[in-house]
Amino acid sequence: MFTESFSSAPLAALSRRRFLKITAATFGAAATASQVGCVADKVTGEKGIRTVATTCDVCFWKCGVIATVRDGELWKLEGNPLDPLSRGRLCTRGTAGMGMREDPYRLRAPLIRTGERGAEQWKVATWDEALDYAAERLKKLAAQHGPETIAFFKHGIGAYYVEHALKAFGTPNVAAPSFAQCRGPRDVGFNLTFGTNPGTPENTDIANAKTLVLIGSHIGENMHNSQVQEFADMIRAGGTVIVVDPRHSTAASKAKYWLPIRPGTDIALLLAWMNVIVREGLYDREYAGKYGEGFDKFSEAIADKTPEWAAGEIGVDAELIRTTAREMARTRPATLIHPGRRTTWHGDDAQRSRAVALLNALMGNWGRKGGFYVPNYIGLADFPGVPAYPKSTKGKADNPIIDGRKRWPFADQTVTTGLREATITGQPYPVKAWVVDATNLLQSMPDRRRTLEAIRALDFLMVIDTVPSEITGYADVVLPEAVYLERWDAINDDSLRTPFLALRQPVVAPPHEQKPGWWIGKELGRRLGVEKYFPWKDVEECLRVRIAEGGYDWAALKAKGILIGKQAPIYIDDGAEVTYDTPSGKVEFWSKQLADKGFDPVPKYTRPDEGPPGSYRLLTGRAPMHTFSRTVGNARVAQLMPENKVWLNAAEARKLGLANGTRVKLRNQDGVESGPVPVMVTERIRPECVYLVHGFGSEAKAWKGAYRKGASTAQLSTRVKIDPLMGGTSIHTNFVTLEKMA
Amino acid sequence: MARFGMVIDTRLCVGCADCVVACQAENDVPVGYCRDWITTEVRGEFPRLAMEIRSERCNHCDNPPCVACCPTGASHIEDFGRIVKVTASKCIGCKACVSSCPYGARYVHPGGYVDKCTFCLHRVQDGQDPACVSVCPTRCMHFGDLDDPKSTAATLLRTRKWHTLLPEAGTRPRVFYLT
Repeated sequence: MFTESFSSAPLAALSRRRFLKITAATFGAAATASQVGCVADKVTGEKGIRTVATTCDVCFWKCGVIATVRDGELWKLEGNPLDPLSRGRLCTRGTAGMGMREDPYRLRAPLIRTGERGAEQWKVATWDEALDYAAERLKKLAAQHGPETIAFFKHGIGAYYVEHALKAFGTPNVAAPSFAQCRGPRDVGFNLTFGTNPGTPENTDIANAKTLVLIGSHIGENMHNSQVQEFADMIRAGGTVIVVDPRHSTAASKAKYWLPIRPGTDIALLLAWMNVIVREGLYDREYAGKYGEGFDKFSEAIADKTPEWAAGEIGVDAELIRTTAREMARTRPATLIHPGRRTTWHGDDAQRSRAVALLNALMGNWGRKGGFYVPNYIGLADFPGVPAYPKSTKGKADNPIIDGRKRWPFADQTVTTGLREATITGQPYPVKAWVVDATNLLQSMPDRRRTLEAIRALDFLMVIDTVPSEITGYADVVLPEAVYLERWDAINDDSLRTPFLALRQPVVAPPHEQKPGWWIGKELGRRLGVEKYFPWKDVEECLRVRIAEGGYDWAALKAKGILIGKQAPIYIDDGAEVTYDTPSGKVEFWSKQLADKGFDPVPKYTRPDEGPPGSYRLLTGRAPMHTFSRTVGNARVAQLMPENKVWLNAAEARKLGLANGTRVKLRNQDGVESGPVPVMVTERIRPECVYLVHGFGSEAKAWKGAYRKGASTAQLSTRVKIDPLMGGTSIHTNFVTLEKMA
Repeated sequence: MARFGMVIDTRLCVGCADCVVACQAENDVPVGYCRDWITTEVRGEFPRLAMEIRSERCNHCDNPPCVACCPTGASHIEDFGRIVKVTASKCIGCKACVSSCPYGARYVHPGGYVDKCTFCLHRVQDGQDPACVSVCPTRCMHFGDLDDPKSTAATLLRTRKWHTLLPEAGTRPRVFYLT
């Protein structure tokens, strides 16, 4: 019997005493380091205990928080029981959010570059100097090339007011990696099928699902708080979990059925599942008849996609395909095939997501309990008197029209990597300035080399962030943002079962010269001559007026952090209304939209490429204690996982003579090498692939807590397949060999 | 008098270590040290695998070797809930208890004394659950009086399969793992 034992805690139970010696050395010296500028910590004389209701920002879920302050400093962060997202419980990262404030290497003062791009050499500037300089450069470039020459990259709610300033200045080029590097393919695949998509947070009724199917979606390792809570709820209630993953994920360990398919063969499995369900008449016939469009043609297209056909492709028994298909059909409509979130894997992702949408459609679960609920939200009016943004005559640069057709016809948001290409090529027009807010583009987009090429082509790069992440090293101007615990932000009014409003407000003051995003946006906007777009005195006025106009009580929101709106039904059976916003007004089993643009109207399977002999396909994913690359320097979570490890199948490790913990570097098919990481020898992965958690391998020297910790998946992803429907960039299409460190 | 224990459902635990960081904040445990931790055990060979994930901590044993070996009486059993505790002011940092604990549940605090899980005695006395139980996103942990047949903890032990860690050590641990 093979037994593996490992730990995700500051210490492994088995090696506890040894670890104690290590920690004394590692953590003893951490607190004395100083960032450029040596700005002293501000000290308050506050005594006693107080609490503030706010929202989390360690990830995009934005859970409600009750922060407790003891003698003027943060003590602990707990979930706000009124909050429908956290339900009173934060995740690991939220609970450890103090680490972002405590980070000794965080940005302290505005910086202006003095050395070469990438050298991380700056001089400390005042806010006036930095903003005047930035505005002058941006205005000059806009005068030369038009305001469209500015591209704005963002991730998160903090960027709202800077985005507002730049849109007011006239650029339509606003992009977030959350589209082309994350959930874009999924949203496009669902839009093409249902005319709508799961949104964020997803309208997945996991808690009430009797069968939950996770395809590559590793809930529990991706720590989307409410989804993890609901995952536990459905297991507690005795639901069946089916997991499809080449890796024995945490979720797979909870599953009744685990299908460890060959990476990249998901569409074959999905077609075979649908083949069984259609052929055996197990689908919701009434639903397909009433709301479906092109069902017969769809059914014809999958007629030969039998489990026997798929088994050879995916590497899983035909009988298991049949059994799981029947299991799904047995509990419909309370069967949820989770749409996933980071769905950019192999370049055929929008079509795979469409297959996921079609399988859900066969369950008749849209708007049904245990499937996809109908979300509620509170729509707040804009602040009165804010003018409309100017309309760009040039349009966006990311997705130009080529031969009478958009390069990616179904991209309905800006494609980050499209802006990167426009920056390099100058087509369709020159993009000469980037403003980057809280997203480390060197990790969030694949192929670091290409991103650096784009950066070299820029006349001006400004970064707004809380830490000196890699991209700050290349910036002409760096603006230090206050962390979420120190600032006001825009209201969160996301869609969910329960309509709600959530407020982010400062718990403690920024310790140095850091400023909140709203202030940076307003001050930048003023200097760009768009002050009329900021008619409020301060952000509190902006928020208060919007809340009051919506008929809600500002004082109550400040006190409670969360206000709940009027609950409307969330299931069709309770009176909720569902419309399908497709051209046919129906669920499109056969897609005319796709056929018209020259794409497959029903998803087709293409066998994935083989890698060079002796190489392993590199797969990536998440760890529950980290968010992308932004938490690697947070000591409170880094102690749990200071670096990533490369998962390698035990039999392969024996062949290569690699033991657990041996340090190796990864080299990809293009000769790009990663930093050294330990091997995790495990039975929990198929032999032809290896796995790394994403976000590690930072090259920013100034962010000492993260510097060269682990290996970067973005760096190793030089072979990128672009989704022809929507421009998504694949991240599971690279092959690596492992080389033992001397 | 109550006899507190913890019942943890390994079917639900995802090993996110939220319990670790929540404990650390609540109890001012220095970063880099911890009173609770996650252990993952994998059995079998690809693709026939079973995995158990456990949130582990001091077992507050009914027969605690750490109390028996403590030369100063710093390690003791509290009357309240039979919780095993260390009185920091009486601890001379000799580490006899650290060696005697088969679970590796104790560490030497940079302050020079031995520290470990207290079942968040201060919270429990205030009518709250321990911090790890309160934070767990999967609600896989249950804290309660094992001698009270009506408590959730006692009910789960009657109705579900469970195991303890190193029962052969004879320590009679009071943290139970549902399987």
